[in-house]
Amino acid sequence: MTGLRGAASIVGAGTYGLGEAPGLSELEITAGAVQAALDDAGLRPSDVDGVFCASMTFNMGSLTLCEYLGIAPKFSDSSMIGGSSSLAHLLTAMMAIATGQCDVALVAYGSNQRSMSGRLVSTSRPDPFESPYGPRQPITSYALAASRHMHEYGTTREQLAEVATAARAWAAMNPDAFLREPLSIKDVLNSRPISDPFTVRDCCLVTDGGGAVILTSPERAHDLERPPVPVLGGAMAHWHRAITNMPDLTVTAASDSGPRAYAMAGVSVDDIDLVQVYDAFTINTIMFLEDLGFCAKGEGGAFVEDGAIAPGGRLVVNTNGGGLSCCHPGMYGIFPLIEAVRQLRGDCGERQQSNPEIALAHGNGGLFSSQVTLILGADGTI
Amino acid sequence: MPADTAAPGPEQAYFDALADGRFMLQHCDDCGRSIFYPRALCPHCGGSELSEREASGRGTVHATSVVRRRPEQGPPYNVALIDLEEGPRMMSRVETIAPEVVRIGMAVTAVIDRSGDDPMVVFHPAESSS
Ligand SMILES: [Zn+2]
Repeated sequence: MTGLRGAASIVGAGTYGLGEAPGLSELEITAGAVQAALDDAGLRPSDVDGVFCASMTFNMGSLTLCEYLGIAPKFSDSSMIGGSSSLAHLLTAMMAIATGQCDVALVAYGSNQRSMSGRLVSTSRPDPFESPYGPRQPITSYALAASRHMHEYGTTREQLAEVATAARAWAAMNPDAFLREPLSIKDVLNSRPISDPFTVRDCCLVTDGGGAVILTSPERAHDLERPPVPVLGGAMAHWHRAITNMPDLTVTAASDSGPRAYAMAGVSVDDIDLVQVYDAFTINTIMFLEDLGFCAKGEGGAFVEDGAIAPGGRLVVNTNGGGLSCCHPGMYGIFPLIEAVRQLRGDCGERQQSNPEIALAHGNGGLFSSQVTLILGADGTI
Repeated sequence: MPADTAAPGPEQAYFDALADGRFMLQHCDDCGRSIFYPRALCPHCGGSELSEREASGRGTVHATSVVRRRPEQGPPYNVALIDLEEGPRMMSRVETIAPEVVRIGMAVTAVIDRSGDDPMVVFHPAESSS
């Protein structure tokens, strides 16, 4: 798989309708993000011949989106593995470009989950072995994992809250973030309890929004307007679907996808300048920092203490404010990817890091289930 | 029904037994491990020689949460993952004690709750729980 290193580059990224976008359909939000990404790349829909799109509300997402945009692709994929789908799509798109199945790939996602609140209908069959017990899904599944992490490693409520306060401090520097007012650890602890140990501030937002990225070969990328962002490494893994069947509630399959992504990219954890991980819940960031090698298993709680992942901390994490404070339209995976691209191109304004070269974007799907790790480089890293 | 097809399947058989008051686990005759939830193939070894055995009902709380609701929606309730003595883990509730005093490591005993539309396995603190 190391042969895929740098086989494709991201040449455009865009978002649309982040936060509240009442009066817009899911497809209209998605199309807005596609337009923004194509404009960014200096391309038109007719240039796209590979389309990758999963959806919370319609199956056959790539068929729906292609018809809407008037694209007749040579290759498409609607694979649905939960919130990490867009990152998995990027990996598939890279393989499709490397093998000549398509030349210009579009990965897109959008949802009007906030504006449609209460009117989204799940298309998934209820789990007959879990649903009778009334877990508030997905929250309770992650809460159960958090209870185990606290039990085994002494992770505290305050350490979980640190993840939320750090995300909020980053969001304060992102004009696109949905919640930007200051948030304290006490605020998190005193918020409405949802599923112990979580309060509402341990949980991701429910927003509208869409995101899209454009991927092409490195050769073509150099003819386009923006500095290309080569994909240096990528890997996916999943070990379970329902939380009951997670082999160890404190270890995610990111501990498998991460090392393989590093190996493909030829980098180690010390080379990573910034980290964008899917923070559906505060425990996610802690467990992903462990599983991706930024600290030892069980030390994630202590690692994030004292503002260590907030602006000015020891590790740059979730600079857009994450799913906790920036946006979370049903599935968040494409947004850590887009934030990594923007940081590597220097687009991030007040929150921009100083000349980052290597970024990690990590997606999570299901109930700590599907894990996809991507390593991206700044222009010139291949 | 095709000649090569056996019915009811493992899922229906599990719920049929539960309706008869028995909490059954599958046992793989190839690798000797217990299986939950019931499946057509052993997830440990791929074996298809599976038999049903009645669960001992003894378990340990592996993880626990309290689902909180707005007062008008009802009181909070427990959701837990229970490690069964036979090896598998299942989602359930620990009942008869306040949901927030359920502790990881607590010994529990299975009970078939028939209060709802369908019978379901819940757990009570074990009699000899220390
Ligand atoms: Zn077996």
